[in-house]
Amino acid sequence: MGLDIRKPIGWLFICLGLLLFATGILMPPAAYQKSLGINVDLSWGLILILGGILSLTLSHFSSKNLKK
Amino acid sequence: MHLAPIDWIVLSVYFAFVLGIGYFLKRSTRTGNDFFMAGRAIPAWVAGLAFLSANLGAQEVIGMAASGAKYGLATSHFYWIGAVPAMVFVGVFMMPFYYGSRARSVPEYLKLRFDSKTHVFNALSFGVMTIFSSGISLYAMAKLLMALHICDGLMDALSLPHSWIFHVSIFISAIVVLAYVFFGGLTSAIYNEVLQFFLILAGLIPLVWLGLKNLGGWKSLKAHLPNPAMAHAWMGLSHARTNPMGVDWFSLTAGLGFVLSFGYWCTDFLVIQRAMAADSMNSARRTPLIAAIPKMLFPFIVIVPGLIAIALTPAVSPQMNASPIAQSAGIIPIKRDEATGHVMRKLDGSPELDYNMVIPALFKRYYPEGLLGLGLTALLASFMSGMAGNVTAFNTIWTYDLYEHYVYPGASDKHYLWMGRAATVGGILLSIFAAYLAARFNNIMDVLQLVFAFVNAPLFATFLLGMFWKKTTGHGAFWGLLIGTLAATIHHGLTVPQGSLPGISGGWIMSLATYPSLMAQNFWTAIYAFSACFGTTILISLMTEPKPEAELSGLVYSLTASLGQETQPFFKRPAVLGTLVLILVVALNFVFR
Repeated sequence: MGLDIRKPIGWLFICLGLLLFATGILMPPAAYQKSLGINVDLSWGLILILGGILSLTLSHFSSKNLKK
Repeated sequence: MHLAPIDWIVLSVYFAFVLGIGYFLKRSTRTGNDFFMAGRAIPAWVAGLAFLSANLGAQEVIGMAASGAKYGLATSHFYWIGAVPAMVFVGVFMMPFYYGSRARSVPEYLKLRFDSKTHVFNALSFGVMTIFSSGISLYAMAKLLMALHICDGLMDALSLPHSWIFHVSIFISAIVVLAYVFFGGLTSAIYNEVLQFFLILAGLIPLVWLGLKNLGGWKSLKAHLPNPAMAHAWMGLSHARTNPMGVDWFSLTAGLGFVLSFGYWCTDFLVIQRAMAADSMNSARRTPLIAAIPKMLFPFIVIVPGLIAIALTPAVSPQMNASPIAQSAGIIPIKRDEATGHVMRKLDGSPELDYNMVIPALFKRYYPEGLLGLGLTALLASFMSGMAGNVTAFNTIWTYDLYEHYVYPGASDKHYLWMGRAATVGGILLSIFAAYLAARFNNIMDVLQLVFAFVNAPLFATFLLGMFWKKTTGHGAFWGLLIGTLAATIHHGLTVPQGSLPGISGGWIMSLATYPSLMAQNFWTAIYAFSACFGTTILISLMTEPKPEAELSGLVYSLTASLGQETQPFFKRPAVLGTLVLILVVALNFVFR
């Protein structure tokens, strides 16, 4: 169908993850009182980035298999 | 709720991706087959996640969290009893006839199997229903945005009155959905549903994690619940009076688990369309089975937030006067009358809680800037994909079922593709109209939803008999549907749920019987409708001439050759996967009994 959905999912999650990660770095610790003192932007951002990379990797390998 | 610039950026990134996907798919959407059926090229896992997400609109997420706060873990029956068995049944037994026949939609199957009158009845009622569902999505989203006051600052900056948030929200979401469905058709809708699935996970998992951590884990959450039965799925279900839902195990399993659930998951074109777009028969059959696995785990991210919220909300008492202090003590806000702003109270005088605010209230409590944007994006994404799902079902029903068969048959594929795009525009305009109708006359929507419930309740009996009994006739099916719908209407007119006045909740003919709850009344309405349709269809079929067997090959179980699953590897066989899914769901019921 021309577009492997794992690519946009991967890129979207990398973008969102980076945004959260950067927020996590820039915000003062006081901003995280709400989230029980945990910098969730930083940790969840990182997880989203990893998820995005996983999605792109899966897409990459399946298109390689198809070519074979 | 105040949004920081970063939250707006997160939201805009999502919108950019959605529009980008639509634009990208424009190039590969050239034929009717591409537009209406996604070229029948969707891999099983993508179709499976779309099958699940098409049903997972934001109203569902918000409603299930609300129900979790109200009734506890018993809400998971809407997933475990009320979805998974039906999803296994449609995948293993019914999909071969939907996918394998020449039908391009669920109503079209009825045309092939029965006749035109059954076809038109189903296509028309389903078409109207999709428009209203899509309109309700638009309306609910606009209302939520108003209630959260997210856009107030934006409106002030543009010097527009706050009431405009409603119009702006409807207008923008309609434009976005239009843009991606118009260009990419069903593929675009499916891709966005998959995106939405992952966004819901990304937006809600941290909420459950933070909430549980705050309360000190699952055990401690259980200890904080107002009623210990709320942490169990089956406690108190032996009798309707001993559980807060007011239903007993029989009406739950027969009404919800059989009639309503099979009626929805096995016959609703909105979800079946996703499976019919799969790239092979095997993928189509695996679509609902793949969807069933996340489906049975969803209670942990949509119902558990409800439990967390109620555990953090102190019990309300009749003496409580809803002072600002009392309100801020709990997570769930107190419900106020929209027009007057007065606190709404139950019969015993205690203030009512606004359970629909569970998810937004938890976002507000736990989410810092950034994550808050992500959480809201997840909700908005599911409102829009809920709408897009209905719009794609509508354009197919209009173009293939009504226009091509009864208005302008024999035109070129190009013409029908054009009509599909026009129907997308028309469907969205009608949805906007429906949204304003809902805003203007709240009762109209309630009445319409009732009518749809009456029309849908008997549907599964028709499909069950049509697919598995070769002697079922078109006359039998048509009259069965009508009598079933009538039975539902009459049953509703004669019964009322406890504590309600005769009227929209029932008893508008006369109050013959009282049910312990609205839910019990709904389940029994469905049971009566199904039974009436089943009986009538058999009776009339026996009196009328069935179609010759040669015409029914591929449409009826006993007249269809083997389904060929033996050639698939073990783990890809629908029967094996279906059994596995059922074992898992039984295990979940056992663990959380």
